[in-house]
Amino acid sequence: MVAATALAEIDAHPAAGAALDIEQVSHAFDIDGAELPVLSDVSLSVEPGEFVALLGPSGCGKSTLLRLVAGLDKPRSGTLREDEARITRPHPSRVVVFQDPTLFPWRTVWDNVALGLEAQGILKSQRHRVDAALDLVGLSSFRNAYPHQLSGGMAQRVALARALVNDPKILILDEPLGKLDSLTRITMQAELVSLWQRKGFTTLLVTHDAEEALVLANRVIVFSDRPARVKADIRVDRPYPRHRGDPYLADLRRQILGLLGLDATW
Amino acid sequence: MSTYSLSDGLASGAPRLSRAPLLASWVRESGVGILASVAWIAFGLSCLWWEDVGDWSRTHSLGIAAFVIAVVALFGTVAADYLGSAGRALRQRAPWLVVLGVFMTLWEVATAKFAWLPLPFFPPPQSIIEVYTDDLPKLLDSVFASVKLQLGGYLIGATVGFLTGVSIGWSRAVGYWVHPVLRFIGPLPATAWLPIAFFTFPSSWSASTFLIALATGFPVTVLTWSGVASVSNAYYDVARTLGAKPSFLVLKVAIPAALPHVFVGLFMGLGSSFAVLVVAEMIGVKAGLGWYLQWAQGWAAYANMYAALIVMSLLCSGAITLLFAIRDRLLVWQKGTVKW
Ligand SMILES: Nc1ncnc2c1ncn2[C@@H]1O[C@H](COP(=O)(O)OP(=O)(O)O)[C@@H](O)[C@H]1O
Ligand SMILES: [Mg+2]
Repeated sequence: MVAATALAEIDAHPAAGAALDIEQVSHAFDIDGAELPVLSDVSLSVEPGEFVALLGPSGCGKSTLLRLVAGLDKPRSGTLREDEARITRPHPSRVVVFQDPTLFPWRTVWDNVALGLEAQGILKSQRHRVDAALDLVGLSSFRNAYPHQLSGGMAQRVALARALVNDPKILILDEPLGKLDSLTRITMQAELVSLWQRKGFTTLLVTHDAEEALVLANRVIVFSDRPARVKADIRVDRPYPRHRGDPYLADLRRQILGLLGLDATW
Repeated sequence: MSTYSLSDGLASGAPRLSRAPLLASWVRESGVGILASVAWIAFGLSCLWWEDVGDWSRTHSLGIAAFVIAVVALFGTVAADYLGSAGRALRQRAPWLVVLGVFMTLWEVATAKFAWLPLPFFPPPQSIIEVYTDDLPKLLDSVFASVKLQLGGYLIGATVGFLTGVSIGWSRAVGYWVHPVLRFIGPLPATAWLPIAFFTFPSSWSASTFLIALATGFPVTVLTWSGVASVSNAYYDVARTLGAKPSFLVLKVAIPAALPHVFVGLFMGLGSSFAVLVVAEMIGVKAGLGWYLQWAQGWAAYANMYAALIVMSLLCSGAITLLFAIRDRLLVWQKGTVKW
């Protein structure tokens, strides 16, 4: 599925990962005058090129944290830094892939992938990068299709290509595989790991699936219930490709589910 | 039954079996065409058979034209297989040709021949044809004047409405000032301004242009605004993380996403501006199809009124068709759009 030439093309623009520092970040929302605390004193230091998975109960504040990292919202207190520089607004070096592909329905697949380069005003000279990104996710033959003509898995792959074409230093993934069928999901997990290994970007992945976190990540952060605090920071020292049946991973999984309060049901 | 007769029966039955469905399908495909041809021959005969009760000069030509249509319908449908898409199109419309032929025959008989319908008010088809042939220059002038007025007012109204709608939808400050004005003035029918407009504007033409623009502008503004306001934040988030500046968010996110709404506004604006156009022409502007209608009424020239109405309906329908074509072009990405 991954074309060698496409990879060479993308590798011509190497983008090493950036370090990410989250320092004592707290955040809250006002809902009908009442304050809803969502993040409570979250600190997290991510090395360049690390693959970090974020796990936590639904509604605890994971997506909120990702929005802060992306620069889409500002935290109530605390700071976030990308390579020492404070994050105050969105920047294409930090690209988000959301749970819904949110492709622009009025643009063809190619034009969707070209979005970032066009917004930055560099599309004219960089059109080959769009073709390469489409090759990378195996959708070159659908370049002229409109989003409503794609399956869910294909749309999510287009969303991934749209992010990767910008050569992000930090790739932010908010449950991007959550809605896919299990087969497509496993394929895309493998693609994700191989992409990450080749390109070296730092990855933050929110997932609700402990197994997915363990198959993909160097590090798994487990959050508490809302307001989210870091409950555990687990290293996953296992070479890739990983096997789901690995007893070491099974052990970690039991441990993580225990932290999430699911000991009896795993 | 012996083996011999069975095989004999099969042998002789086979061609009969295949001929019967062939004939059936031929009748099904061409029968309606033949019927249409019969209906138009009937119309032609009804023109020529009896004497007219009035004095109309085109009765004979109309009869001949009806026969020509009958011949075209006959050969067009019977030989449709050899005529490509034109033949298919004709076959598809054959049922309508039948109904039209019958209608024309009844109309002809009920007016020109026996005057079952009271005469000056229900003119026969030939008198309407007469208008098109004898009063053509005046009619064309009117068409030209109407199209010019309508086009100018509509384009101004649509442009201003679109820009206003985008501004209100995008900027809170613009919304603060424009929204109350819009609420106060917008729902007023544009025709209510007619008396004032004709006094305050330098010419009746500029007054009418303003009113048509007003009638177009209100729905376009409101729908563009609601379209821009209803664009999902998720699209803006995606664009912003990819490095989009505010101008990109307006031009490449908000406007394309709002375009389906904008077209609804453009359709509504077209409808209400037609109404204003006709009234303005009847009351103030001394040109155009509305004025032609008014003028024909003054002379009790009923055939001219029907002739002008038919032209008007073709023009309005044509304008809507054009707008639909533009929309289908721009919104190919939408699935399941209505066909006009
Ligand atoms: N824009 C917002 N306004 C108000 N409340 C919000 C907003 N976004 C999220 N929340 C609330 O913050 C909490 C955390 O949401 P989120 O970060 O999406 O959780 P999750 O961990 O499932 O991704 C939820 O209770 C949600 O209702
Ligand atoms: Mg979430």
